Amino acid sequence: MSTMNNVGRPTRLVAGTGAVAESFTGNRALMLEEPLLFERGSLDTSGVDLPAVPPVPDRLGGLARAAVIGLPGLSEPETVRHYTRLSRQNYAIDLGIFPLGSCTMKHNPRLNEKMARLPGFADIHPLQPQSTVQGALELIDTLADWLMKLTGMPAVAMSPKAGAHGELCGMLAIRAALDAKNDPRRVVLVPESAHGTNPATAAFCGFTVENIPANARGRVDLDAMLARLGPDVAAVMITNPNTCGLFEPDLKTISDAVHAAGGYVYCDGANFNAIVGRVRPGDLGVDAMHINLHKTFSTPHGGGGPGSGPVVLSAALAPFAPIPFVRRTAKGALELVEEDTAGTAAPDSFGRMVAFHGQMGMFVRALSYMMSHGADGLRQVAEDAVLNANYVLASLKDIYTAPFASSGPCMHEALFSDDFLEGTGLSTLDLAKAMIDEGFHPMTMYFPLVVHGAMLVEPTETESKASLDQLIGAMRHIATQMLADPDAWRAAPHFAPRRRLDETLAARKPVLGWKDSAAA
Amino acid sequence: MRYLPLSPADRSAMLATIGAASIDDLFSDVPASAVLDGPIAGLPNHASEMAVERALVKLAGKNATASTTPFFIGCGAYKHHVPATVDMVIQRGEFLTAYTPYQPEIAQGTLQVLFEFQTQVARLTGMEVANASMYDGSTAMTEAVFMARRITRRPKCLVAAGVHPHYTSVLNTLTRFTGDVVVAGTPRFTPGAPGDDLAELIAGIDKDTSCVVVQNPNLFGHIADLRPLADACHQAGALLIVVVTEIVSLGALKSPGEMGADIVVGEGQSLGAGLLFGGPYLGLFACREKHVRQAPGRLCGETVDASGKRGFVLTLSTREQHIRREKATSNICTNSGLIALAFSAHLTLLGEKGLRHLAALNHARAVQLADRLGRVPGVTLLNGPFFNEFTLDLGREARPVVRKLAEKGVLAGVSLGRLWPGEKSLQNGMIVAVTETATDEDFDAFEDALDEVMA
Repeated sequence: MSTMNNVGRPTRLVAGTGAVAESFTGNRALMLEEPLLFERGSLDTSGVDLPAVPPVPDRLGGLARAAVIGLPGLSEPETVRHYTRLSRQNYAIDLGIFPLGSCTMKHNPRLNEKMARLPGFADIHPLQPQSTVQGALELIDTLADWLMKLTGMPAVAMSPKAGAHGELCGMLAIRAALDAKNDPRRVVLVPESAHGTNPATAAFCGFTVENIPANARGRVDLDAMLARLGPDVAAVMITNPNTCGLFEPDLKTISDAVHAAGGYVYCDGANFNAIVGRVRPGDLGVDAMHINLHKTFSTPHGGGGPGSGPVVLSAALAPFAPIPFVRRTAKGALELVEEDTAGTAAPDSFGRMVAFHGQMGMFVRALSYMMSHGADGLRQVAEDAVLNANYVLASLKDIYTAPFASSGPCMHEALFSDDFLEGTGLSTLDLAKAMIDEGFHPMTMYFPLVVHGAMLVEPTETESKASLDQLIGAMRHIATQMLADPDAWRAAPHFAPRRRLDETLAARKPVLGWKDSAAA
Repeated sequence: MRYLPLSPADRSAMLATIGAASIDDLFSDVPASAVLDGPIAGLPNHASEMAVERALVKLAGKNATASTTPFFIGCGAYKHHVPATVDMVIQRGEFLTAYTPYQPEIAQGTLQVLFEFQTQVARLTGMEVANASMYDGSTAMTEAVFMARRITRRPKCLVAAGVHPHYTSVLNTLTRFTGDVVVAGTPRFTPGAPGDDLAELIAGIDKDTSCVVVQNPNLFGHIADLRPLADACHQAGALLIVVVTEIVSLGALKSPGEMGADIVVGEGQSLGAGLLFGGPYLGLFACREKHVRQAPGRLCGETVDASGKRGFVLTLSTREQHIRREKATSNICTNSGLIALAFSAHLTLLGEKGLRHLAALNHARAVQLADRLGRVPGVTLLNGPFFNEFTLDLGREARPVVRKLAEKGVLAGVSLGRLWPGEKSLQNGMIVAVTETATDEDFDAFEDALDEVMA
């Protein structure tokens, strides 16, 4: 038999011989390097066609821009290729499990993208006459209703742009409530396991931050918290479930004590995914809690935003909520309470936090997600998220140090420390980079700060059992091999688009933009 | 429940591995008083893709969209044509569904985009460095004021009267409890130069002044040479912060950097984002290199990897909340990464040539419409120089006029009364924005409708 088919094409595999030559292009098959825009574009190239400019004398008052700006362009095909090539150097939830603890990287349904692009939502201006945007106001009002019912809270501020901005909203409301009573208390208590945004936010509102330690079970030290309460304590900020992935069973006790002492309770809702549909923060005495729509309600994280951080508020804080907000008029229409009506409709509002009404594009996506799941599906979301995390914890705790596993189940994320690597000279960083070579995005590393070399694994409910089994298998393999032969694991990743990057150099001599080599 | 892959058999097997009898065992830390025993009341159960789409399409249909109406609304958000390629780029799953680039070896796509974005923003604004984005223009402006206070160690910020009142409002909210002093003026309704009184602003600068904030073009569309203001700031040891809400203007106008700005903040929505009823938008933040360690937000920098290849990382993070906690320069964490990508891709498609063309087109079309509307009986064009937005004095309260024009199917502009409800001197003003998307038919419709309403 010939090894050729009838068009002369070789069809039989031939065993490889010889060394692989250097790459001429720097590329390897599907691994394609991409130069910077500034290295491949030109000032004369444009990928758009525009109508001719009518010949009228300019009215720029002598302020026309004469000098070259320095913005190279690409044709449309080159633009598509530039960004498509770059995109392939990213890991993403669409490619595989993204178990970044505290970040809730769940599947982003494409229906939500389609809905957000409906012209009736995407092609309307925030300052259109309100009679022309009744559907948009109704969407915001409907989403607000879902958020209040899911949290058991009587009010919600929709305009904050992300989680940290939501924290700011909640803490501003607390500050405004205190000022309304001429109450000078200024201390905010923050557990040491808190996200960094918590103390940063409190400081922005003029509060002084004091840390409360964690106990041996990974929860807030109740005694230390209660002992610190007093007339100078304005608020406590608590994450529940907390950043160790554990439910704070004493939250209601703490809330009652804080209220009795004259303070308020801020809950960081970053981890709401673990309890949505099963527990309402309103039942735990919370006064304010932000909800990251880009975590629990599946709006895509986009490589660093946009987020959206509505804040649910207790009756005590509701009067201080920011403008604008949507309300129903006596005639049944919806209206935005803005500067002109705030004087009568919201006299105690602490004011405006953003130029317009918040992240409408994210609101549409989140509502599309909520309607898809419904009240029953959202409850299942929490159950599966918690089940998946506990499955990972149970499957790894014999090798990985699990500091709080003995205190019972975790919630939506499993926390490990790198104590088991002691003596190998390897740490969490090495393990995370080894996971990259196995085709995973690593877990959150070195956070929370309360355990050594923290590894926080949040699988989310949108991972299948097969996906978890693969992750567990790989993590067991890496850990076992690291303990057996530490020296082989010091330099991963070897197969990512880049090896380990020199972050010290980047910070010591910051290069924050491209400079022409001629000008440098 | 199409987004949940676990089967009942999977769940049973996994519970067995865990050693739990039921899912309730995993929620044993929740106090009994807070446990809900079934789905939350008052909310519907799950729905099919078809059903959700049907409901949301119905809701969307209740709104009048910009592209199906003669449309001239601006004031901080502008209707520009966004090329189809931009949406294709931001829908690439590798960009859309990635997280903040905490693991740079597998996030070079996002990081290189941010590096290119920072370079584009710095050049556009005439500054040396830009950050990787903020939430929007208004929050970026507030962050700039805080940064000026940290640099100068002075408490007072002067805000020009022509700054978008929502922006000033945000600044007032966030400075209520920080000790910053904000002095904001009342806009003038002066023919030829509506909005600011730069001479008065200069006279107000003193040794406690950390910064002066001015918007260019200002809310009324007026443009000014900021050089004298910059010089006055610098003589007094204060910083000049320039706000740009229509970023396309920088394709035609001298950059804030050329006029002496120390910090430039802006709203990047015009390129790539679309109107979106106000968000998500894109905060732009650029400054002088010597001040970068006081800047808020994420910064992407160049470095090399272990084999010597160029690569990019998030850098100077010791300014940020996850390291510095209560001493951070800002509490910002998530920003507007995907909108920065949209902005950058749109600007890449335009290039210098396309941006200049787009800006020239916007300006020329605005000049044409301004002259037509200025001839409508009872209407006066208030502006001297302007870019693509101008203010009309209607000689009567503008709010009802805007509503009547909307009833006639023309979304004509924004009444100053909506933005400054308390200011009687401004109530006759209507701000009109013109972009490349407005056609001659739209111009005709606007002029005819205004003629009728004013008659």
